[in-house]
Amino acid sequence: MSATLNVSVWRGGADGAYRDYEVPRHESQTVLDVVTHIQRALDPTLAYRYACRVGMCGSCAMTVNGAPRWTCRTHVDKVYKNRKLEIAPLRNLPVIRDLVADMREFFDKWARARGQFRGARTKADDFARVAPGSEARKLVDAAIECIGCGVCYSACDVVAAIPEYLGPAALNRAWTLAKDERDTLGVDRLRAVAGDAGCHACHTHMSCTERCPKGLSPTAGISGLKRAVAGAALRGEL
Amino acid sequence: MNPRGETYLWIAQRASAAVLGLCVLVHLATIIYAVQGGLTGAEILARTRGNAGWLAFYAIFVAAVAVHAPIGLRSVLAEWLGWRGRGRDAALVAFALILAGLGMRAVLGVYA
Ligand code: SF4
Ligand code: SF4
Ligand code: FES
Repeated sequence: MSATLNVSVWRGGADGAYRDYEVPRHESQTVLDVVTHIQRALDPTLAYRYACRVGMCGSCAMTVNGAPRWTCRTHVDKVYKNRKLEIAPLRNLPVIRDLVADMREFFDKWARARGQFRGARTKADDFARVAPGSEARKLVDAAIECIGCGVCYSACDVVAAIPEYLGPAALNRAWTLAKDERDTLGVDRLRAVAGDAGCHACHTHMSCTERCPKGLSPTAGISGLKRAVAGAALRGEL
Repeated sequence: MNPRGETYLWIAQRASAAVLGLCVLVHLATIIYAVQGGLTGAEILARTRGNAGWLAFYAIFVAAVAVHAPIGLRSVLAEWLGWRGRGRDAALVAFALILAGLGMRAVLGVYA
């Protein structure tokens, strides 16, 4: 293990450029540790975003050596290939400055995909009991642990080609609600996720699934949505 | 196009893919079987001319191609050229008709 890391970090907005830094190397160092060192010891003007440092909040995602990753749980050892560490903001989103991407469009698409839970119960009602072993519940469980990091969105080439495409995270969210037996939005949500800007734009090429740090498969959820939407269309409900 | 129309296109794409999968297999198996003994053009025509089963099979094959290819091309045009909307869809309907026309012309050429 050499004593220092050669790090290139994106500086500025969309028309910015990489700047090189030398950062001391440590055992079990994460990419977020590297960025934090640069800001604290080398250049306090560096802008980046993080909160939890333990893989829960989803705010620290960046492009690391060309691939989107959560930086707080990505060890330098895993990505420091050819003595090079290149850190940039997430792809497919506007750059605000340095390593900070503008996430507004990403989350607006969750709203457009009708990503809000809509239930029928009030606080006067008892808890809903959802059988843990039911098919629908298992599908929801497999997809629910999304932290909203945007890694999948940044990895998706269809988002790059079709800017209106809702993208894997928003569709994955819609899928968990479509399978939630307490939710009442039903066909309205399926209508919102159908079509050329929705689930039908997905090519099932699985970059999102490959990259999701939580090990989720938005691809599987999107396929499920396609089936659900087709069913609704054939029943004349869409 | 509205979400319902796009959903029907997706269903048509899937259904035609299933038909094509089957047709391609039958088509390849027939070719391999037919050329084994070294058939001549005249011998092939003798079998296809007036054969209603053969006509029906290849008419379905051509129809599936005419449905499947333009829907796929529709996404390609949107993603690579940014071409969307009515103009594109009208062009694709024309493309589907050309595929169906040329395909049926070939099929009828060996049937009639
Ligand atoms: S599987 Fe679909 S959502 Fe996932 S990266 Fe590919 S096109 Fe995008
Ligand atoms: S699906 Fe995975 S990659 Fe996409 S936002 Fe959620 S946690 Fe991140
Ligand atoms: S800082 Fe919270 S997930 Fe990385």
